[in-house]
Amino acid sequence: MSTALSVRGLVKEYVRGKKVLDGITIDFAASGLTAVIGPSGTGKSTLLRCVNRLVEPTAGEIHFGGRDIAPLGGRALREARREIGMVFQEYNLVERLSVMENLLSGRLGYTPAFKAWLRRFPQEDIDRAFALLDQVGLASFANQRADALSGGQRQRVGIARAVMQRPKLLLADEPTSSLDPKTSVEIMGIMRDLGREHGIPVIVNMHDVELAKRFADRILGMSGGRIVYDGPPDGLTDDVLKTIYGGESWLH
Amino acid sequence: MIEPVTRAPQRRHAFPPNWWARIGWLVLAAYVAYALGRLDFSWDRFVTGLDNGARFIGRMLPPRIAQPDSLAKGLIESLEIAILASSMGILLSLPIGLFAARNLMPVWATWPARAIIAAARSFHPVIVAIIFVKAVGFGALAGICALVVASIGFIGKLFAEAIEEISLKQVEAVRATGASFMNVILFGVLPQVFGRFIGFATYQLDSNLRNSTMVGIVGAGGIGGTLFSAFQRFDYDFVAAILLSIIAMIMVGEVLATWVRGVFLEKGKVDEE
Repeated sequence: MSTALSVRGLVKEYVRGKKVLDGITIDFAASGLTAVIGPSGTGKSTLLRCVNRLVEPTAGEIHFGGRDIAPLGGRALREARREIGMVFQEYNLVERLSVMENLLSGRLGYTPAFKAWLRRFPQEDIDRAFALLDQVGLASFANQRADALSGGQRQRVGIARAVMQRPKLLLADEPTSSLDPKTSVEIMGIMRDLGREHGIPVIVNMHDVELAKRFADRILGMSGGRIVYDGPPDGLTDDVLKTIYGGESWLH
Repeated sequence: MIEPVTRAPQRRHAFPPNWWARIGWLVLAAYVAYALGRLDFSWDRFVTGLDNGARFIGRMLPPRIAQPDSLAKGLIESLEIAILASSMGILLSLPIGLFAARNLMPVWATWPARAIIAAARSFHPVIVAIIFVKAVGFGALAGICALVVASIGFIGKLFAEAIEEISLKQVEAVRATGASFMNVILFGVLPQVFGRFIGFATYQLDSNLRNSTMVGIVGAGGIGGTLFSAFQRFDYDFVAAILLSIIAMIMVGEVLATWVRGVFLEKGKVDEE
């Protein structure tokens, strides 16, 4: 299977000398859902945000779409970003905009400002937005303001917005951490299904190990800015979990 | 185990006295008494003034429209000054306010924008109007310029502050889609501040209407000129008529501002503001 994303020697220091990411080198296949687990503050979020450059890497390479996107800036960076969809923990919808406008904001990388201002999006994009709303079960919410939605509904909009980009890679930064267990399962199901349907790799940061085992094809365990486990969900034994999270009293 | 307290408990203050605040209040009271004495603000002086006021009001009644033409011309000119100054002021303060927002813009952009806003806010509109009358001559142009400056100072500052309070998470999400800077502003920033901006803009329209009746006193056009000359001719009944028409105009402006807010901000969704 070909490689969609290849991270080489990625280092991130927010404070000089304090490595949050300590030389991460890893490849992601062109399909499948990868769950990244690990204790809080271990750099999971930083890893994801370095990939779409919401966070500036200190050193290292990020190969995506046939080029290293780590040194890109300006237009080239925006063109790389629009091929990477991102789902956020707190949904990050634009609260005052309608659900439809939030979905169409996924097309902003392709829409000139003047047309975006007048809401002149191509009919093709609008049709696709309606189709995606049907798919995530929010067909009747198109004209509702985003702040009128519940958490689970917002996250569905967040996922639909990311998929609107027709991304070649879908990132999700703890997409279920603010949701109840039942909704979490539904959201993970939607992400897995959309990833399969569009044939794109999905990388999800998460805290819920059981949920990760249930939905992921591959699991990365991070600890102290390094990857300490890389393998199938079955391989997550108690010993491995102890390596990732430390301690053991919490396991039983 | 908690031991019972055996020794006499030290007296504790739930509300310790703030001596500096007490001294401050005393100093303020002393100064007020001193200033009252200095400025001849006494009951006798007030009673003498009342007599004068009664005569003045007597001469104002009944109001009489001595010069309907100059009244109408003045009112229309004031309205024009207010609307033009508000439109131009709002348009100019949008980019200036945006550039002044420190959470989105680099220092080289915020510094000059903040300097413009601070300069625009330094003087009362009357002083600015006098400066413009000297610079561009008597008439409405000077009044418009003066109120544009006032609008930039007010809306620019509040708009910048509104932008500095937005949620950056929403901005980050729009940025992550690969949107250009302008699109991030349009979809990530403006929706968050639009409601408040409409609030500032309609308030400034209101304020410009009031100020447009005043800049005429220094020769910058509008009803103020008519009012001032009526005062100088001791035409107090005409003065009363002008004052009543200004009140009417301000009230119409209030209705207009409310209507604008209603159009832009759907009812029940004005939350938080």
